[in-house]
Amino acid sequence: MTKYTDQGKQDTRSGYGAGMTELGRTNPNVVALCADLVGSLKIQTFIDENPERFFQIGIAEANMMGIAAGLTIGGKIPFTGTFANFSTGRVYDQIRQSIAYSDKNVKICASHAGVTLGEDGATHQILEDIGLMKMLPGMTVINPCDFNQTKAATLAIAEHHGPVYLRFGRPKVANFTPVDQKFEIGKALVLSEGTDVTIVATGHLVWESLLAAEALENQGISVEVIDIHTIKPLDEEAIIKSAKKTGCVVSAEEHNFLGGLGESVSRTLAMHHPTPQEFIATQDTFGESGTPEQLMEKYGLNNKAIEAAVLKVMKRK
Amino acid sequence: MANLEELQNLVVQVRRDILRMVHKVNSGHPGGSLGCTEFFVTLYNEIMELKDGFDMDGKNEDLFFLSNGHISPVFYSVLARRGYFDIEELNTFRLVNSRLQGHPTTHEGLPGVRIASGSLGQGMSVAIGAALAKKLNGDNKLVYSLHGDGELQEGQNWEAIMYAAGNKVDNYIATIDLNGQQIDGSTDDVLPLGNVAEKFRVFGWDVLEIENGNDLKQVLAGLNEAKSRTGKGKPVCIIMTTMMGNGVDFMMHTHAWHGKAPNDEQLATALAQNPETLGDY
Repeated sequence: MTKYTDQGKQDTRSGYGAGMTELGRTNPNVVALCADLVGSLKIQTFIDENPERFFQIGIAEANMMGIAAGLTIGGKIPFTGTFANFSTGRVYDQIRQSIAYSDKNVKICASHAGVTLGEDGATHQILEDIGLMKMLPGMTVINPCDFNQTKAATLAIAEHHGPVYLRFGRPKVANFTPVDQKFEIGKALVLSEGTDVTIVATGHLVWESLLAAEALENQGISVEVIDIHTIKPLDEEAIIKSAKKTGCVVSAEEHNFLGGLGESVSRTLAMHHPTPQEFIATQDTFGESGTPEQLMEKYGLNNKAIEAAVLKVMKRK
Repeated sequence: MANLEELQNLVVQVRRDILRMVHKVNSGHPGGSLGCTEFFVTLYNEIMELKDGFDMDGKNEDLFFLSNGHISPVFYSVLARRGYFDIEELNTFRLVNSRLQGHPTTHEGLPGVRIASGSLGQGMSVAIGAALAKKLNGDNKLVYSLHGDGELQEGQNWEAIMYAAGNKVDNYIATIDLNGQQIDGSTDDVLPLGNVAEKFRVFGWDVLEIENGNDLKQVLAGLNEAKSRTGKGKPVCIIMTTMMGNGVDFMMHTHAWHGKAPNDEQLATALAQNPETLGDY
């Protein structure tokens, strides 16, 4: 197996920006919309190179979702950009009726997901967005793990017909997946093979899971780490196959344990192969101000927490 | 030059369709549908430049978006009689497995419908997006939309109104159905709208008014005038005053028929006031 190493810390939102730059050059139907957060979404290059294909909507996210739905009529592929909180909960009914129910080819691209946007606090953080979006019929939900994967996902969703929620974040995190790694929507990636426990992780907690796996290997525990970049449709086969092999699972995500990846994994296992599972996730709470590291520590979202969850779940086998 | 007699015959037939559709399933919204019948008939048969058949992208043809989706009966009837689907399908309105859902949707693949609507206040944003796509595509056809007046209580409209003027979306004509009624009573009682025309003007739109939206001549003249004002740097708004329940005496001058179907006796009375012209479905 490839041994993954940190190629240098980068923010996943910059991966989105890099993907948009490339799409601007390669796909004339791609258009970008933003609700007054161009700098945060890292799309200035796209705007500079394609001013006619960029729509500054202003602080009006509901209108942005509707305009995006309308732009698809005529063959455009709109990518909306704002924070995850304002991309989902704030505009849920607009997404539900004008995009999801109307089968519109809109890509809802959301930065600053989870608590790790940090100091702005709970009004700008969101830990419920995966749940909200995966509940919508026909919606694809993607939460890539690093810069390279976010860029690859941005390119991949332009080729996929249908509404997509693409979730990424603000802080600089390890960039460890190969720059040329193929991104296949709905296909989980086994990053390390093991026999004692399975960690299914999404977003930047995939890297934390790899760190935990390394520490556990040193204790003689064989850990399988699976990167679930696509939460919906979920690669159930990969999860069931691994659970059958290891007999216990830890799910890891920067999201509420209600409604997130963990629950999707639980449902899958309950139906096909009941397996003990521990949840690395927030415990039905709002976030707060702090540095990303402090918040990951406080809310039990780092490699130490994952390590402890592995030891706990293995005792439940 | 339109043949007003033919249009009037179609108006009466569409009224019959509306009444029979909502009566059959004992649900639906006849009041607003009847109020906008002249508008729909004129728009689809005299104003819009339409291709044969239907495709979702609608390139090189005019587009229409219904924001107040609850007046689906008039929309469905006019679409069917314009040839988008067989008029016999009006029999399936609001029934299980029908393409004619209670509120319009693209989800069941009904030709003529390009967006779901029903949850109010979303149609103007969608219409603006479609108008922007037309500009990007170098397509000089127009986008039309219809909105209820009560619907303007939804805040998203005002985001859209501000955007369209600020960005010179001038290939777009939005019509507001000013009937002064909503489910709970008159708009003045529920939440006063103030001077709607003036509000659009100060937001930067080119506004014109149709004083009687149930007079075919006025509707035709107003829509033609609106069309002539496109392409001049401003979105165009038509404030169209209508009578909810128009054409059925006991449904007029009240909000009672906003979302209520007539019973057998009431249907007979209403149909007698609108004798068959082009043939019932």
